[in-house]
Amino acid sequence: MSQLPYSKTELMICVAARLFEDGTTCFIGTGIPMLAAMLASKTTAPNIVPVFEFGGTGAMLEELPLAVGEARTFHKGVSALGICDTMETAQRGFIDYGFLGGAQIDPYGNLNSVVIGEHDSPKARLPGSGGGNDVGSHCWRTIAIMQHDARRFVPKVDFVTTPGYLTGPGAREAAGLPRGTGPMAVVSTLALMDYDPETCRMRLKALHPGTSIDEVKANTGFELIIPEQVTVNDPPSEEELRLLREEIDRQRFYI
Amino acid sequence: MQILESGQGELIQPFDLDEFREWNRTRKSRKLTDKVMTEQEAIAQFVYDGCYIGTELYGTVRCPMSLAREVIRQGRKDLRVCGQGVLELDLWLAAGIVKKLDITYIGLEVYGTSACLRRAVESGQVEACVEWSNASISWRMKAAAMGVPFLPTRSMLGTDMLKYSAAKVVEDPFTGTKVALLPALILDVALIHVHRADRYGNCQIEGISGFALEMARACKRLIISAEEIISTDEIRKYPDRTVIPYYLVDAVVHAPYGSHPGEMAYLYGRDEDGIKEWVEMSKSAEGAQAYLQKYVYGPKDHAGYLEIIGSERLARCVDLRERRQA
Repeated sequence: MSQLPYSKTELMICVAARLFEDGTTCFIGTGIPMLAAMLASKTTAPNIVPVFEFGGTGAMLEELPLAVGEARTFHKGVSALGICDTMETAQRGFIDYGFLGGAQIDPYGNLNSVVIGEHDSPKARLPGSGGGNDVGSHCWRTIAIMQHDARRFVPKVDFVTTPGYLTGPGAREAAGLPRGTGPMAVVSTLALMDYDPETCRMRLKALHPGTSIDEVKANTGFELIIPEQVTVNDPPSEEELRLLREEIDRQRFYI
Repeated sequence: MQILESGQGELIQPFDLDEFREWNRTRKSRKLTDKVMTEQEAIAQFVYDGCYIGTELYGTVRCPMSLAREVIRQGRKDLRVCGQGVLELDLWLAAGIVKKLDITYIGLEVYGTSACLRRAVESGQVEACVEWSNASISWRMKAAAMGVPFLPTRSMLGTDMLKYSAAKVVEDPFTGTKVALLPALILDVALIHVHRADRYGNCQIEGISGFALEMARACKRLIISAEEIISTDEIRKYPDRTVIPYYLVDAVVHAPYGSHPGEMAYLYGRDEDGIKEWVEMSKSAEGAQAYLQKYVYGPKDHAGYLEIIGSERLARCVDLRERRQA
């Protein structure tokens, strides 16, 4: 197999960046979502309003933030307030998209970032919800960005930290979560997924170039809906790669 | 009001609002008294074994690191901790002084999960992890700050977060929909690092305020560390900048570079090598102890710590600061 001119992580960031809708408010989680937001703001969505949980709103993303509270999250921003303001803004319906990650995801888009194993005697204690639960509860649409393998794409997450569609159609509203909210897409290292509107289950939407449906299936621990039409995502453009490597993550924290 | 669901997590800091009011009436002076003291004096006077304590903001951002190190140095133990943290709570976990956690996030952000948290929780050294989202823990403090017993929210609903928290789900008596109730959180002690304070404790913060305003109003004892001690004339010139008024404050500690190796908006940036040193050393229990020896137990105080770091490195952090646009 010939060496691709880009890594799977770079491709994942590019596909995620193209999902940003210009002129919208976007809650940005730590890590890969920050790179995707930066790339989007330098390409197809120059007018997104990034919101960082500890209070930064509307920053110009000129340097990669390494923490959700650092000064780069309000660099030339429109406001630098506190966590209650940003979270209350989300809770009253002002935040269009939430971009986040997690250690596990299930067919309904529920995410786990608390424990592997039992909560009270865990095999692995993970960092915890942070703002993840809030982002998944209050943003209109959420987009998860994750490595794709069968340990992460599981039939049932060990702990539901961030609500996806919970147990299926109507479950979010029945639990009291805001009407009309929920996961929109998953961008992985292998493909782009969305959700079947009837069943709320994850569905393959577009393969990354060089990936096969069989490869995606083999790396997914549950039955993924495979529609008749599956498109292929464009590979990273030269400009996207240049921005990622020379401007966004010069120090190679992520790529 | 019917309770539809109760989190099975322990309410590890039960509260009594009338007692809190009484405390605020009798134990918090309205007088302008000089509260400037050293880290040693402040921790010795106000932090005690078994107390419920929190830090703000967190680990690499405007964090009271000099106070956090002093808590370890003085051998405080069995702490019940409000757990939104990075380096500071990692140090406490490594030192074995945390007994129970209201946990929202303890990790190393860009550098991944915390090995100290894993060791401390998976070994059972930390006896309880009660789960909260970042917004929920802040709203718990906001409830206490408002002087009310709970705040309703639509966070945590339908998830295991609710199940392993101490929140309750009820039917909203006005609309009939489900809502989660977050119990007020009144901390015994809070540690907050700010840009400037006067000797009485009037505080100014630049950049984001995180959950400082809520935490400052939700605690019985508040220790402020400040990069700079300024005159009260300066405070009174810009009263709109005072986010924490003096009467909330019990101690004011002058701590230049108090957030190191983390950053302080507009003053200094992150010391990436300093952060990476902890990331690497904390991977093993022995490494974490060696780090504590070098940076916490070794130096006698914050000045001693800064000597180890050296002026050259601190100057590099200043170079990396966020700058106001001209």
